[in-house]
Amino acid sequence: MANTMETNYYDTYPDHNGHFGQYGGRFVGETLMGAIYELEQAYQQYKTDPEFQAEMDKDLADFVGRPSPIYLAENLTKKLGGAQIYLKREDLNHTGAHKINNTIGQALLAKRMGKTRIIAETGAGQHGVATATVAARLGMECIVYMGAEDVQRQAQNVYRMKLLGAEVIPVESGSRTLKDALNEALRDWVTNVDNTFYIIGTVAGPHPYPAMVRDFQSIIGREARSQIIKATGKLPDALIACIGGGSNAIGLFHPFIEDKEVVMYGVEGAGHGIETGQHSAPLSAGTPGVLHGNRTYLMQDENGQIIETHSISAGLDYPGVGPEHALLKDIGRANYVSVTDDEALEAFHTLTRSEGIIPALESSHAIAYACKLAPTMSPEQVLLINLSGRGDKDMHTVAAMAGLTF
Amino acid sequence: MSRISHCFEKLKTDGQTALIPYITAGDPEPWVTVPILHAMVDAGANLLELGIPFSDPMSDGPVIQKACERALKNDVSLKHVLDMVRQFREKDKITPIVLMGYANPLEAMGYEAFAKRAEEVGVDGILTVDMPPEESEQFLTIMDAHNIDTIFLVAPTTSPERMEKIAQSAKGFIYYVSIKGVTGSASLDISEVSEKMTQLRQRTSLPLGVGFGIRDGKSAAAVSEVADAVVVGSTLVGRIAEHANNPEILPEALAGLVAEMRHAINARDMAK
Repeated sequence: MANTMETNYYDTYPDHNGHFGQYGGRFVGETLMGAIYELEQAYQQYKTDPEFQAEMDKDLADFVGRPSPIYLAENLTKKLGGAQIYLKREDLNHTGAHKINNTIGQALLAKRMGKTRIIAETGAGQHGVATATVAARLGMECIVYMGAEDVQRQAQNVYRMKLLGAEVIPVESGSRTLKDALNEALRDWVTNVDNTFYIIGTVAGPHPYPAMVRDFQSIIGREARSQIIKATGKLPDALIACIGGGSNAIGLFHPFIEDKEVVMYGVEGAGHGIETGQHSAPLSAGTPGVLHGNRTYLMQDENGQIIETHSISAGLDYPGVGPEHALLKDIGRANYVSVTDDEALEAFHTLTRSEGIIPALESSHAIAYACKLAPTMSPEQVLLINLSGRGDKDMHTVAAMAGLTF
Repeated sequence: MSRISHCFEKLKTDGQTALIPYITAGDPEPWVTVPILHAMVDAGANLLELGIPFSDPMSDGPVIQKACERALKNDVSLKHVLDMVRQFREKDKITPIVLMGYANPLEAMGYEAFAKRAEEVGVDGILTVDMPPEESEQFLTIMDAHNIDTIFLVAPTTSPERMEKIAQSAKGFIYYVSIKGVTGSASLDISEVSEKMTQLRQRTSLPLGVGFGIRDGKSAAAVSEVADAVVVGSTLVGRIAEHANNPEILPEALAGLVAEMRHAINARDMAK
């Protein structure tokens, strides 16, 4: 058989320079090149090191609480009247989201590389909290960069990070959101490159981050794949996950890429609507370019300036997306769709009332798309949604939408 | 011979160190950029570095970030920067101009379209901060075909093996980043710079410029001891920020700063 995408995907992407087709790569200033090669070398070494893997597996089990269950959402299934809906319960992880799968891995790597200082960027604060958590446990200094706008809308997570001993630095430049936090973290790294490990929270950034973060998050898909086969006796018909940078989505998708009968949907934030331009949906409405160390789809103007994004969910409010998603879009292996703030908010309430599970606003985007897709499917079909995080952090945002404050 | 090579040849004959000022194009207002460039040349600048405004300048400190923000408020983008070079060339056909910026505006215009236009208007070199040699293969071929020198950075963290690789890709001159950090942050350590210059000279015959961390005549003169060119950016851009509401005085104000550094460097050159 010829080399089809399905048979050689895992061996082909990324190539040794971190390219996913035309995407990915290492677009950083010269000062950081040494550091990213050092990281790549360390990651290659420990990735197959049984001791490292054993330590990580133990932490994921005893500290994070893995494996996270899958849950058949019977009430939602009945309400939507179509496919059986299963939720992968990443919301049950310690710290409340999938982000900790990755920070555990990177922090253990940092420790082995002899780094004493951890930096991170955060949007919704989930990655910042997950980073501050592992830094506290390993006794490392931790600095978290967060857009000043996000510091306000995610005040509770800011306080959690401070309790954990992290220093949270509000970033006032640019649009004061996630992309600006990333810029600032990169500036810190350039300045403190000798003793500092930068824990990137998503599958973006220069190689090896997109591949490394994907590997750490792929535990979601590996677990879910065997759990759903055990529960239903077959592979799911479709997967749904929300996409900001795309780490929870690639974590779910990656182990299913060669199962070509499984249809995959990545759900971006359409904000006030794609047609208004106020959204965070580069795969749906952007064009390829270079930002934050990799080539990928971006929200940019005709002159290559990055444009401001909008999403009700701080974790999706980012103008780029992981390069592997850019590739999966181009080769047609995954479908990228979007839902608006209003649709996500409605889905937030729907899941909360029908199942007693309060989802994060990010994950609510995946639920919202499921509400559209499930009714078009038959009751024999199975829909697996990544419930990437819980909604505790979003209480004040949701309350404010209802005109309440507390 | 390219304008850049010619410029360095002449300076070498005269026993002079090049002074390369940097400003961000369109900061604080588009009309003042070309007058500032001419004034700096009159005050003793030998080459000019003109920054392409970008919304996310990750390798720059707060001074140049703010310069980008001021320029972008005026909607100054790459096509306008190229037009400023065209205007500059109406009066000055000798002084080399290097554009400095980030990959994305070049990607958006397209490498070929950029190179063609850059050659037409008289751009001599391009320094793309976030495009290391690893990602530059196609870019190098296209720039070369249009006689645009590709300037690369070398950092304190660059290994000797990477220096080799960079030396192979670089044209015009090599720009040594004298500090670990963003533009305009710390002060440089001259003995460390000197050691790196020696390592680089073993691997390239291109002229060597040093930048990041040069703030006054004294540090400029110290660097001129070991380098072929001294690059000054944040100090000049900081002065622009101070007078952002009064742009008409900027050509003279920046000429003053450039002249001060020129004198300091000349004094040191004479003593060599």
